[in-house]
Amino acid sequence: MSIDIETAARVAKLARIKVEPEALPALADEFNAILGFIEQLGELDVENVEPMTSVTPMRLPRRADVVTDGDQQAKVLANAPDAREGFFAVPKVVE
Amino acid sequence: MMTDLNTLTITQARDALRKGETTSVALTEACLAAIEGADALGAFVHKTPEIALERAKAADARIAKGDAPAMCGIPVGIKDLFCTEGVASQAGSKILEGFKPEYESTVSAQLRDAGAVMLGKLNMDEFAMGSSNETSVYGNAVNPWRAEGSTAPLTPGGSSGGSAAAVAADLCLAATGTDTGGSIRQPAAFTGTVGLKPTYGRCSRWGIVAFASSLDQAGPMTKTVRDAAIMGTAMMGHDARDSTSADMAVPDFEAMLTGDIKGKVIGIPREYRMEGMPAAIERLWQDGAEMLKDAGAEIRDISLPHTKYALPAYYVVAPAEASSNLARYDGVRFGYRADLAQGDGITEMYEKTRAEGFGPEVKRRIMVGTYVLSAGFYDAYYNRARKVRALIKRDFEEAFAAGVDSILTPATPSAAFELGQTHTDPVEMYLNDVFTVTVNLAGLPGIAVPTGQNSRGLPVGLQLIGRPWEEGDLLNTAYALERAAGFVAKPEKWW
Repeated sequence: MSIDIETAARVAKLARIKVEPEALPALADEFNAILGFIEQLGELDVENVEPMTSVTPMRLPRRADVVTDGDQQAKVLANAPDAREGFFAVPKVVE
Repeated sequence: MMTDLNTLTITQARDALRKGETTSVALTEACLAAIEGADALGAFVHKTPEIALERAKAADARIAKGDAPAMCGIPVGIKDLFCTEGVASQAGSKILEGFKPEYESTVSAQLRDAGAVMLGKLNMDEFAMGSSNETSVYGNAVNPWRAEGSTAPLTPGGSSGGSAAAVAADLCLAATGTDTGGSIRQPAAFTGTVGLKPTYGRCSRWGIVAFASSLDQAGPMTKTVRDAAIMGTAMMGHDARDSTSADMAVPDFEAMLTGDIKGKVIGIPREYRMEGMPAAIERLWQDGAEMLKDAGAEIRDISLPHTKYALPAYYVVAPAEASSNLARYDGVRFGYRADLAQGDGITEMYEKTRAEGFGPEVKRRIMVGTYVLSAGFYDAYYNRARKVRALIKRDFEEAFAAGVDSILTPATPSAAFELGQTHTDPVEMYLNDVFTVTVNLAGLPGIAVPTGQNSRGLPVGLQLIGRPWEEGDLLNTAYALERAAGFVAKPEKWW
């Protein structure tokens, strides 16, 4: 399995990370080095092995269905790069 | 009365505080002075002297009343990965520039509530992704140790490099670290300090910036095993805000340090004998086994057959989880947002913010994670890695079921290496974690203990791996090893 420039560009797009076209070949090379390393996993027979979902055998705990938090708009917005009138502000999404 | 107060262990400082021989303010001032003189180490990246002195005064008042817990008044450093209320918490990344959490992580809150004094935040690899502390936005942390006859700056390891450097250089009595694939134990081994990664679920992950949630675990980085026991007890405990936090009582680990390991079975896994392993590491490992044998333990050769698949499995699972966890850095809610051009929409905002805000290693791992989770590859990579992870865990379970109490391995494949080496192949750096990463995949407790120095005078350490939830027994074995090894060397001050 080898990653070409087109695939590298697609992955960057999916990850929402801007990569300049001239940086794509080097990125594809790095992916290939890492994926080449990962390929070793193919040597193992994993038939009938359950994929691990939790490293410690525990049930996800449940809690009472009640409100435990809230009413802290100012704190929620305190670290926003752009907050106005009680909202996060972003570039226009709909015309 | 005493030597420089910043050079004390937690144990010595606690005892001196309780006897009234010193004060937390005096301890804190000694550490703050040491920190001021140690900028060359790049360890403390956000200093909080006002908070420290305020907490030290409060601790002294509490100690005077006579009911203070062990960590009360002890000056510590906090890894930048922990969210600390009102204090910059950047995970070593530009993308969290300016972020000052409105809340405190559970672990740092527990330390704070126990009376520990926060001196500041410690350098680390960006988002804990790295093994040399070279991916940090703050620049490198530098190892206080130098090879004999050399002034070349060495790495303190990573990702908890600032924590390790600060403890080794006596800038604080102890520090918090986090460990996803070896990020506590490898830097501890590189700096002649002790680093404990508890069983997954022991320390709450709440408020710790997430890297790979199924692997991340916080732990203490200290000067001695006893200190790790004391600080570990204070850091662990159930927290309803972390759904994977273990609802189990945390014993007083210090009380379990008897040094008696007679009859304990110590496994020596043959798969950890790597090709090309330096002779010094091989000898150190053998010596360590001899020491435990002399202390009355039974040494047994064991096999952990899937060991060689641990690193490749890790480099699927960890990037996959990271790609999901780091999706939250979008330039909207906190931290950095890129300057936008006329007409840029929200997608350009995301893409530019993340391109400018993340460093190269973080971007690489996010994208690898995105790839292995993408349609068509999920089964081939991610599900296969999760199955291999189950096999790695089963190896350990079988060893423990056969009567092994703990497992002795080298902590790292080498001593600390020079900063600034160029790595053309990212996989080369990943090999640093070859002995530690299995422990995260299996959720087990592990501890690095310094046991010697190589031919160039650099510290080298061994790792002990324990049964799940049996940190007390693990610490006791580590304590026996520490006593037998008698490692007392300190780096010569050059900074």
